[in-house]
Amino acid sequence: MAEFEPVLLANIDRPESHTLAAYEATGGYSAVRRVLADMSPTQVVELVQESNLRGRGGAGFPTGLKWSFLPQDHPGPIYMCVNADESEPATFNNRILMEQDPHQLIEGAILACYATRATTAYIYLRYEYPHALARLQQAIDECYEKGYLGKNILGSEFSLDIYMHRGAAAYICGEETGLIESLEGKRAWPRIKPPFPAVKGLFQKPTVVNNVETLCCVKHIVDRGADWFKSIGVPADPENPRDAGSYGPKLYCVSGHVNKPGCYEAPLGLTVRELIENQGGGVWKGRKCKAAVPGGISMGVLSADELDCPLDFSGPGKYGCLGLGTAAVTVVDDTVSMVDFLHNTTRFMAHESCGQCTPCREGTSWALSMLNRIKAGKGRLQDLELILEIGDSIGIIPGTTICGLSDGAAWPMKNAIRKFRDEFEEYIRKTNPDGCNETEPVQALQIIGVH
Amino acid sequence: MATVIINGQEIELDDDERLNAIQAAARVDEEIPHYCWHPGLSVVASCRMCLIETGRKDPESGEVSMMPKLVPGCQTPATDGTVIVTDSDKVKKARAQVEEDLLINHPIDCPICDKAGECRLQDYYFEHGQADRRADLKPYTSRRRSLGDTVTLFVDRCIMCSRCVRFTREVTGTAELYVEGRGSSEEINVFPGFPLENKMSGNVVDLCPVGALGDKDFLYQQRVWFMKSHDGVCAGCSTGCSIEVDENQDHVYRLKPRENPHVNQWWMCDEGRYGFHHIHAEERLAGPAKLDDDALVNADWTRLPSELNEKFTAAESVAGVISPHLTVEEAYLLAKYLRSVDENAALVLGPVPSEGEDESFPNGFTIRAEKCPNRRGVQAVLEHFTGKVQTLDDLLPEIEAGKFDAVWVSGGYTNSDWVDETTAEQFASVKTLVVQDLFNSPLIQQADYRLPSAAFAEREGSYVNFADRLQSFRWAVRPPMGVRTEGSLLWQLLASSGMYNAAEVLAELSREIIYFAAAKDEVPAVGVDLKVNLLV
Repeated sequence: MAEFEPVLLANIDRPESHTLAAYEATGGYSAVRRVLADMSPTQVVELVQESNLRGRGGAGFPTGLKWSFLPQDHPGPIYMCVNADESEPATFNNRILMEQDPHQLIEGAILACYATRATTAYIYLRYEYPHALARLQQAIDECYEKGYLGKNILGSEFSLDIYMHRGAAAYICGEETGLIESLEGKRAWPRIKPPFPAVKGLFQKPTVVNNVETLCCVKHIVDRGADWFKSIGVPADPENPRDAGSYGPKLYCVSGHVNKPGCYEAPLGLTVRELIENQGGGVWKGRKCKAAVPGGISMGVLSADELDCPLDFSGPGKYGCLGLGTAAVTVVDDTVSMVDFLHNTTRFMAHESCGQCTPCREGTSWALSMLNRIKAGKGRLQDLELILEIGDSIGIIPGTTICGLSDGAAWPMKNAIRKFRDEFEEYIRKTNPDGCNETEPVQALQIIGVH
Repeated sequence: MATVIINGQEIELDDDERLNAIQAAARVDEEIPHYCWHPGLSVVASCRMCLIETGRKDPESGEVSMMPKLVPGCQTPATDGTVIVTDSDKVKKARAQVEEDLLINHPIDCPICDKAGECRLQDYYFEHGQADRRADLKPYTSRRRSLGDTVTLFVDRCIMCSRCVRFTREVTGTAELYVEGRGSSEEINVFPGFPLENKMSGNVVDLCPVGALGDKDFLYQQRVWFMKSHDGVCAGCSTGCSIEVDENQDHVYRLKPRENPHVNQWWMCDEGRYGFHHIHAEERLAGPAKLDDDALVNADWTRLPSELNEKFTAAESVAGVISPHLTVEEAYLLAKYLRSVDENAALVLGPVPSEGEDESFPNGFTIRAEKCPNRRGVQAVLEHFTGKVQTLDDLLPEIEAGKFDAVWVSGGYTNSDWVDETTAEQFASVKTLVVQDLFNSPLIQQADYRLPSAAFAEREGSYVNFADRLQSFRWAVRPPMGVRTEGSLLWQLLASSGMYNAAEVLAELSREIIYFAAAKDEVPAVGVDLKVNLLV
């Protein structure tokens, strides 16, 4: 295969890449000019549908299809929410796009709003990205000045306002309906569906929520066409009618114990091993890779034997993981205890559980208490079964919760314990030789106080 | 007609019925356990206790296709062809898991919890939970804090169903309560300086499915299993909320709203809820007394009827003041009696207590300014006897002028403010003044016969609320020693046989007075709309 030319990251190393001048110098906003002049919104939706672009936020839902769910001939307003609440641990591809090439995102957003007939867009930015906030705001201001945003863009009938909204540092705000609630000024408790946001979303109006990278892809699809997009990546499995394929370039983040952590662009379908060896420069300090997270910790974990897992939308699923997620690979070297790994991921999920659904709220914190106890040398072999039981029962897939956060909490539990069971058992036997086989309930610690 | 299949059993729903799986299952007596769902609040589907399996039956082929995952019953509409399974192993396991989860951080302090005995967490544990506690990882605590004048929060008992939060947002619109924190450390709270102080705050205690929200008025007063519940009607204002009167050994401990879609839905206001303490006030008139040669002596209930009857029969002209606190039956008996001794007896409506203005909440619930339960009913009775209804004020000049030899004033007012000195003095020339009231008042001081009256929970009969809805109720507690209800006294005065029987009086009323015609058959628990037969 010919050397892959970066598309999404093409401009990030240019001087002053975040300015409108630099962006226009590389042909920026020509897509907007052309679309506003020559294409109808429906044509843009069809183009994106034809490209088989799938959402880059984690779930991989086909973007064009999502747009087509919007009610036809709606009197409006229709809202676009740009999900820039990039909170998945070890994921930072959106950050680079927003900090180094904010206009690419804005152009993508303008195109998407045109296609969906949205006249207001909100960029929901995670709290921890102050630099991105400044860059995006600057870019938006430049666009208003130049007439790319505001009333009657470039003399057309189309008007669009984009607002920045800074979150308050909660993982759950990345869930699309949590994000919408938060934008409305409410507690970010994900909504029950139906109705889906396309029908009743922000302020009870039809709403599209798209990830930053997705919108950047839209810009390039409009620029270069659906066929170009489909020439990159992994085609759909003809044996599996439900596979929509994994087309297009993807930003991969590689972090953890590698020599060259960073964000790299490659066609979808790169294997974890390729990513670690080629882009990541191999495992650091000459050590061996013990495990790797395929796409943010909520996707589960791959063992060292599974590094040939292709990072496309259907790859990680074949290795018992939840999915591609954000394609942020975290490498764990052979000095790390998987007990620590699971403890850390569980602590994150228990901390970030919004607390709405009982199984997630109590399940994650219960698993964490057990892992705390295991780490404190009071673990029992039976605890592993309990953690697995929690992992198997919480989530949107078994149907016990409203949103997917708890699936993200469950997968590391299931993967880590099932794939590294020996290590967990050994740890418990070694740290609690007398009590590891105990199965009687743990004694209640203290009787309640008096009122 | 929609056909819904619940555990293999088919039921028919009317086309205009919009039920969820919980409500549909209840039709076949299948309880789907739930915490967060409440028919009067929005659906959040967050407690996950009502998880069920669901599917769809193809009307043509009869084939059933089930959804692979569990869904919350509260969020599942029961439409034509909906298949609901509530008893599969998968459902049972999910319930047991949710129950176990909820108990992980729960203090399990049932022995000192007011809710014990009527607690869903307790009930569902026995019904759906698993015997073993597998998670004894945390010391138990039971912190509590005040949320306002009426409610205490027992923080660790809370299961985060968010019913109380939704109530303050959706029903009262006051939004004092909110969820603080995240994940398993989240708690219900109020903002500093903004306590829970809306006029319906007590409802959050009823809504709480566990013992997290405690009613300060009821806290540690009585175990629920000692109490008996009686259907009643709140006498606090002319809305006439359907209530339950919870009592033990003739002591009322609390009032709770009783569901009535025509009147109060699921709610009642704090004024009504906490407005029962006058029943057990020490200042209540304790026994009948009379003036005998200007000396106050105890009267004897057994002799009173004949004594009063003598006086009233002997009187040349008679007047009666009928209180809006009386039941329609009592009002009718009083009017009927006075007219039987003097066919021209003047009958007027007693003072109607009023306070401020009607107060409505966003969901339509209204606290009425008219602070008595039965103005409408008494008025209807009076209309029957007198045509145009007059009030006490209309009659006072004639009373003062000494036109009446005998006047009967019925009271039952919850305080003594309803009549002042000046008014009372106008009764000075009445030869035989009978006053039956709850508390001592200037008028009682004027009376020749000072009879204690019954409180609302001791009465039996019917009230008609502002919207012409008649609700009947039986007594919940017996009157204190020395007190007899107006009904039983009047029953005897009219020389009726046996014990006072309100139902019999209502039957007579409904025959005699067209306004009450709709009450001729047994009155259902939600009452009957008296307007149905009237051409208005």
